[in-house]
Amino acid sequence: MSENYVPKSAVGKWFNDRLPLLNLIYGHLLPYPTPKNLNYWWTFGGILTFCLVTQIITGLVLAMHYVADADLAFASVEHIMRDVNYGWLLRYIHSNGASLFFMAVYIHMARSIFYGSYKEPRELIWIIGVFIFLLMIATAFMGYVLPWGQMSFWGATVITNLFSAIPLVGESVTNWLWGGYAVGSPLLTRFFTLHYLMPFLIFALVILHVWALHVPGNNNPEGINVVQGSQDTVPFHPHYVVKDMFALVVFLIVFAGFVFFVPNLLGHTDNYIEANPLQTPEHIVPEWYFLPFYAILRAVPDKLGGVILMVSAIAILAFLPWLDTSKVRSAKYRPLYRQFVWLFFANVILLGYLGAQTADGLFLIIGRIATVYYFAHFIIILPLLGYIEKTKPLPKSLSEPVLSPEERQMKAAASGASA
Amino acid sequence: MSEKQVTRRNFLYVTTGAFAAAGAASLAWPFVDQMNPDASVKALASTEIDLRPIIPGQSITVMWRGKPVFIRRRTQAEIDEAKKVNLADLPHPEEDSDRAQNPEWLVMVGICTHLGCVPLGQKGDYNGWFCPCHGSHYDTSGRIRKGPAPTNLEIPDYVFLNESTIKIG
Repeated sequence: MSENYVPKSAVGKWFNDRLPLLNLIYGHLLPYPTPKNLNYWWTFGGILTFCLVTQIITGLVLAMHYVADADLAFASVEHIMRDVNYGWLLRYIHSNGASLFFMAVYIHMARSIFYGSYKEPRELIWIIGVFIFLLMIATAFMGYVLPWGQMSFWGATVITNLFSAIPLVGESVTNWLWGGYAVGSPLLTRFFTLHYLMPFLIFALVILHVWALHVPGNNNPEGINVVQGSQDTVPFHPHYVVKDMFALVVFLIVFAGFVFFVPNLLGHTDNYIEANPLQTPEHIVPEWYFLPFYAILRAVPDKLGGVILMVSAIAILAFLPWLDTSKVRSAKYRPLYRQFVWLFFANVILLGYLGAQTADGLFLIIGRIATVYYFAHFIIILPLLGYIEKTKPLPKSLSEPVLSPEERQMKAAASGASA
Repeated sequence: MSEKQVTRRNFLYVTTGAFAAAGAASLAWPFVDQMNPDASVKALASTEIDLRPIIPGQSITVMWRGKPVFIRRRTQAEIDEAKKVNLADLPHPEEDSDRAQNPEWLVMVGICTHLGCVPLGQKGDYNGWFCPCHGSHYDTSGRIRKGPAPTNLEIPDYVFLNESTIKIG
């Protein structure tokens, strides 16, 4: 697809003969054959790329004004908010951008789970995606520590203390992470460094993610294989460029709504109080996008057990292509999976709700049941469904499901005649 | 059979590789170790405290190595309560006499052994300390009684320099 591109300008031709970079970009962005029936759930890949670039650009300029020192960090963030020209805007875009980034990535993952996009031959795309998700978690957590408010400080304390659950070396590991005997300046400085680095690692993984995607091509709502370049595909440009742009504009309206009308809705008021190592806030909660995992951590009465289960909840995603034993990709043709997948989504949202509540009484009991169900979905329900579920017949092409019965007959007759 | 013979070339190949690996590993250490507590942090590793202003039933919190340390001058009732506990009832059995050099003075790191929050004093079901983060209850000797924390509140190394001064660390 990319080999035939010839730049129109003489300069472009001169450059491309020496470094075929334009070929590469052209092939992946313009004629790249895409299934013709992708719905709006498929636009979140583009939206996520936009989110990443936005975070990098706003983060870069915020770093020009931020000071990573325990005595100065909180004041420097207030300085950004009050004194720096448009500092309030840049910071609100960055902080709400993180939330919207996670909103988009959860939708993107849910789409993949619903339509079975992680299945053969796209396992590696999914696994690279899980690593991107892991890096996003680390980046967002470290970024949340930087303003050095009460939630920053105590969030960092609770999460770095998770490492103290490691048998034998736990204490040495936490002291090494802290660069001291408690959370303080050394930790803040190294978190800032890593927070700056990780988005670029994510960017590199995104390139691999897209590269791996463009080998087999996109999955689609029917979950069937389409032949690249057949009647079932359309060129990426203009069809999906325009569709992605439209979705992005709608997404930007939501984004702007948060930034300009409720910039602190998703944050916690305690983070506007400067970090105080002598006073723990009444109720420590992580950012909303970590709540399901936080609920799993607290569901276990044992410290090490809780940590192991929380890490497993994310790690198990990487094994999804093999835990799901069904050969049929799309939930559209899997009557049982279709119900279980909605139950799974509802359960994750329930865990998120529980993560924000105090871990005692009824909440704790429901939290434990929801945690067990989360893992049961992966290690009991998914492997079994592949064997017991009677799937619906798959269409032969993307056109077939949308044809009327008469058209379908005509088409069958035509193909019979030509055969 | 000749394929399996160890030649001079095999030997050089393996030893060169081993030296390169050992060299890379030893060079990696400074990059790892730079993150450990540095000399300036370690220099602050001990603190001296004057105990004279504290009356029975009063606690103070001092900073040691960036962590809060609780120093409580316990009342006789608290000491009696701590002493009469049956060790078999404790998740982490320790005698009160092993936790307080002088029963009147309880010195411990004010950090919940669960996930590092600062417990609140004279609260909870055992009239000792209570951690608001995940609900751990400690008794008047700082021993874990109820909740997710795995161990008792840590006792730092300290010595009585004289009757009214202690040195922590």
